[in-house]
Amino acid sequence: MSTDQQTVPDRTPPSLDARVVAALGSAQRPPRASALVSSLTFGWRALLKIKHVPEQLFDVTMFPIMFTLMFTFVFGGAVSGSPGEYLQYALPGILVQTVVFITMYTAMTINTDIEKGVFDRIRSLPVWRPSLLVGALLGDTLRYLMASSIVLLVGTAIGYRAPGGLGGVVLAVALLLVFCFSLSWLWLILGLKLRTPNAVMGVAMMVLFPLTFVSSVFAPPETMPGWLQAFVDVNPVTLLVEAARGLMNGDSRPGDVLVVVVLAVVVTGVFAPIAMRIYNRKS
Amino acid sequence: MDHLAIETDGLVKLFGRNRAVDGVDLAIASGGVHSVLGPNGAGKTTVIRMLATLLVPDGGTARVLGHDVVDEAAEVRSRVALTGQFASLDEDLTGAENLVLLARLYGYSRRAARERASELLSAFDLDDAAAKQVKAYSGGMRRRIDIAGSIVVRPDLMFLDEPTTGLDPRSRNQVWEIVRALVGAGTTILLTTQYLEEADQLADRISVIDHGRVIAEGTSGQLKASVGAGSVKVRVADPSDRDEVARLLAESLDASPVLESDASAMTIRVDDPSAVAGALHRVGEHGLVVSEYALGQPSLDEVFLALTGKPPADRTDPTDRADQEVPA
Repeated sequence: MSTDQQTVPDRTPPSLDARVVAALGSAQRPPRASALVSSLTFGWRALLKIKHVPEQLFDVTMFPIMFTLMFTFVFGGAVSGSPGEYLQYALPGILVQTVVFITMYTAMTINTDIEKGVFDRIRSLPVWRPSLLVGALLGDTLRYLMASSIVLLVGTAIGYRAPGGLGGVVLAVALLLVFCFSLSWLWLILGLKLRTPNAVMGVAMMVLFPLTFVSSVFAPPETMPGWLQAFVDVNPVTLLVEAARGLMNGDSRPGDVLVVVVLAVVVTGVFAPIAMRIYNRKS
Repeated sequence: MDHLAIETDGLVKLFGRNRAVDGVDLAIASGGVHSVLGPNGAGKTTVIRMLATLLVPDGGTARVLGHDVVDEAAEVRSRVALTGQFASLDEDLTGAENLVLLARLYGYSRRAARERASELLSAFDLDDAAAKQVKAYSGGMRRRIDIAGSIVVRPDLMFLDEPTTGLDPRSRNQVWEIVRALVGAGTTILLTTQYLEEADQLADRISVIDHGRVIAEGTSGQLKASVGAGSVKVRVADPSDRDEVARLLAESLDASPVLESDASAMTIRVDDPSAVAGALHRVGEHGLVVSEYALGQPSLDEVFLALTGKPPADRTDPTDRADQEVPA
């Protein structure tokens, strides 16, 4: 084909046929999108989905508010003597629990893409292959930030004050994001492997409930039976909560934070390649 | 072009114990439309998914535009486009957003991507739907936006997986028109379909596939010739004449009529359509009245019957074979 545009008489509208040919003719091939651009483009897609399907933010906003209020006023008095005192103990834990729960949407999103056929289209494009996953994680990060802000705002409104100051809170949220990023790779594997979004939801609940409740999120482990304590002590969520609590309380032990960072790096190092391998060979 | 658009040698894909694709050999030249025709579950989509680098073959080799689909997958991906069987765009996004997204992924700048998207939307008659979510599109609009998404960058080879399944006739004709336009502009198209008519309308050559194997290949004329010219359906004015008319037609056309449940209707296979007029004339000479007749092309069912000895509907159940023994 020459680069000449198809000429069409101006008095009659061109036929579908002629317009399609014209649109094809002008399709020049731009240089390949860089890894950064393609990842950001998928991140943009995640933002558009939030814009078009605001319902998906319902969980992000309602769960944190519900959890914060419910636990403070229902358990507060019983566990710590007063809701106010309990809030000081539990808010960092509620923050962690809320955001860790939201991580399962990573699996839901990718699973829905596979089901709808979007996945095939994307995988047949000449783009840097991990960019779909990286872009999705960028969108998730935004969701985590929104949920964190809501928990902190609601907590502050009902009387929470962080002894560690704003700096401590920001560091705690940053640590939480690092942890959730690594956890997302596990969710990606689950999202790629399971058949339907419902199955993903079921498995996610089975994993998340014990992981977040059998931890030091809601109550100090000292009152639990020894065998349970043994699990609570090695539960990654406990490690994360203790580190976040330390940062927000202003009495952080550097070792706690380091453990979480190392854990996140190890989880990412092991599961990211597995997720990518499954992604590349997904049938 | 000096190489074939698609060349496969003994391509195999297993799903558990099921040999979904069981040794497919294809040699498809550049330019024009090549159709892969077969019933549901024959392995058409699996073949396309392997050629589009979405599935790794379990055996055999495949080269697309001269590049191996496994070792040079990235090269293949940059030169082909896939329009899947189901709308493969994001239903939650608008048509325009979907095309901008694809254009950005193909490397267009933000501004060029927007321009390209609006150019494609008007080319495909979708201006009015640009700002609507794809989930609100009709079946025909979905196919169009899907195909538009495949030519954001002009592909050398395009895979169309059952592009008209489930479309109304008008939308189907639009898709056919678009396919012809793409071919006219030099894109090679591999199209899968369940409909012989579609393959007949569009394809230069057809591969018939069943149970993961290519069971016949040729032009549509060659395939039809292999199953006879088709059949003639006849209705008599008076049902009591049917047996006599059937006898006369059987003599003239040298085939046995199949009497239908409608007491005045029958169908007869014909190898030579030009003999039908004479045969009907002879019925008239005997004072019998034929109220209706129609010469039909062979259907996919008939092609299958001829090629495999059983109709496509029963291919999954081998125990049905005995029931298919129709007296000749």
